[in-house]
Amino acid sequence: MKQSIFTVENNECLAKNTYELILSGDTSDITKPGQFVNIKLDGCFLRRPISVCDYDDKTLTLIYKVVGRGTEFMSKLTKCDKLDILTGLGNGYDLSKSGDTPLLIGGGAGIPPMYKLAKELIKEGKNAAVILGFNEEQELFYEDKFKELGTKVYITTADGSKGIKGFVTEAMKNISYSYFYVCGPEPMLRAVYKESIAEGQFSFEERMGCGFGACMGCSCKTKYGNKRICKDGPVLFKEEIIW
Amino acid sequence: MVDTKITLSGLALDNPIIPASGTFGYGYEYAELYDINMLGSFSFKGTTKEPRFGNPTPRIAECSEGMINSVGLQNPGIEKVIEEELPKLKKCFSKKVIANISGFSIEEYVHCCEKIDGEKQVGLIEVNISCPNVHNGGMAFGTSPESAFEVTKAIKEITKKPVYMKLSPNVTDIVSIAKACEEAGADGLSLINTLLGMRIDLKTKKPVIANKMGGFSGRAIFPVALRMVYQVYEAVSIPIIGMGGISKAEDVIEMMLAGARAVQIGAENLVNPYICKQIIEDLPKTMEKYKIESLENIVGGAH
Ligand SMILES: Cc1cc2nc3c(=O)[nH]c(=O)nc-3n(C[C@H](O)[C@H](O)[C@H](O)COP(=O)(O)OP(=O)(O)OC[C@H]3O[C@@H](n4cnc5c(N)ncnc54)[C@H](O)[C@@H]3O)c2cc1C
Ligand SMILES: Cc1cc2nc3c(=O)[nH]c(=O)nc-3n(C[C@H](O)[C@H](O)[C@H](O)COP(=O)(O)O)c2cc1C
Ligand code: FES
Repeated sequence: MKQSIFTVENNECLAKNTYELILSGDTSDITKPGQFVNIKLDGCFLRRPISVCDYDDKTLTLIYKVVGRGTEFMSKLTKCDKLDILTGLGNGYDLSKSGDTPLLIGGGAGIPPMYKLAKELIKEGKNAAVILGFNEEQELFYEDKFKELGTKVYITTADGSKGIKGFVTEAMKNISYSYFYVCGPEPMLRAVYKESIAEGQFSFEERMGCGFGACMGCSCKTKYGNKRICKDGPVLFKEEIIW
Repeated sequence: MVDTKITLSGLALDNPIIPASGTFGYGYEYAELYDINMLGSFSFKGTTKEPRFGNPTPRIAECSEGMINSVGLQNPGIEKVIEEELPKLKKCFSKKVIANISGFSIEEYVHCCEKIDGEKQVGLIEVNISCPNVHNGGMAFGTSPESAFEVTKAIKEITKKPVYMKLSPNVTDIVSIAKACEEAGADGLSLINTLLGMRIDLKTKKPVIANKMGGFSGRAIFPVALRMVYQVYEAVSIPIIGMGGISKAEDVIEMMLAGARAVQIGAENLVNPYICKQIIEDLPKTMEKYKIESLENIVGGAH
């Protein structure tokens, strides 16, 4: 974990209520896709946890959905604004288990961490496929960015306005995969758990106090004992999850 | 050179800054960030006889200038704390630690205090009779002078280390509880614990926290905590550790003027993990600014 000041390089609306925030600063503590950062915002007592979408030596990309006061404030950030951010939080995805044909499944605000994960898996020569789930076409983002990586991209929308009509599980039915990685709202995680035919990793959300393991605000029970979503998660293995 | 040293029932502290129980775990997460040996001491997570998972999640809700938690005393149990956490802690913290103990019966308090009393690393025992999170437990002891007296007395009979009773603010008259603890032989008092509070989510129209209510703390509660420390200081002659909403060096001085000999910092650690280090570094200049040479001399100065 590291606390440092990041500078806003760009903050742009990608789709309905969805923004991409590009920051420059010290990313040295970010080591794996699936980790998150915790952002201090003026007027909010608690920090806001947001997944790492992409990073390199000095740039950090986040994608967030405006759902309340904190994310509303974030949507108004402009170039050169400064943000106090805790980086390097959470365990991140274990890439070693992916097999040759991993499937990456992201729903809505759960899509961002899939981007860096896809990038890394492809770099390792894996034949990754991605399912991106939305409610409607206006929410669609990053379809082209994923395609540019060379992955096969499946789009699902709940209302059928784009791609396959239905939830991500609809797309899963016709794909064969060696392993899967998923991030999204809990009902989606449950559905994927039931539908999946291989082992995989799930990224969870929980309301957090600290985000770095000190307050026990985010605990959950697993088959391997109690875990803190912020420190021992947010990624859990399929085999250990207790719903 | 200003003097930040203070003693608590014979325990000498380099400074009065102590992270509060439940917000500092067993120290390791913070030891990754800075040398926690600079702290006066720290109070570890509330520990019970048996391991506890605590309450269902969500356990956290945000408030203006504060937060609500209903962690519900998640801890590995006294046995494991002694066998595993304390030896691990020894590697990153060489000073004496404050052992925070909770319970659901007098027997449980006595059991835990007796066990922890034998541990060299422990400087003093802080007994939480005030945690508002647990339906049938903690709350009851801290809300009547009689039960506060009873539990204090039972613990004092089996311990050698100084015992500080940690009081709940969720009472009509905190002074009567404080006096009962003093009468029963408490060596000191810690106050305040969290205030019972709640939030409702406008989207779901239901309480944010699974347990509906939880403990409110953070900057917003500072004036309430200060007032209670001030009132209790007038009524007792044992030392007080003051806490509730402290977020800067000025607050520390204010709390000490109200009557605290040392202070604890809770919720602020969660949003600024460096806060205790920063306050320790700011304290000397802040003392100079207000022409304070020694903290020892200002305790209760506002009375
Ligand atoms: C590990 C992790 C990674 C996340 N990654 C992303 C991401 O990449 N993109 C994205 O859009 N969102 C992400 N979220 C959800 C994001 O944290 C919330 O949407 C955000 O905190 C809402 O803040 P707010 O002030 O706008 O909403 P408010 O509802 O006003 O927030 C009030 C409080 O509730 C908390 N809260 C509200 N919703 C959530 C939630 N879903 N999960 C956790 N806490 C919540 C807030 O942090 C705050 O403390 C992630 C959450 C977690 C735990
Ligand atoms: C997440 C959290 C967990 C806590 N757990 C405990 C605990 O286990 N035992 C205890 O005596 N107090 C506990 N407290 C109360 C704090 O130690 C402190 O008394 C209170 O929060 C007031 O200080 P603050 O306003 O600086 O947070 C907890 C507080 C928080 C925020
Ligand atoms: S949010 Fe504090 S331990 Fe996870």
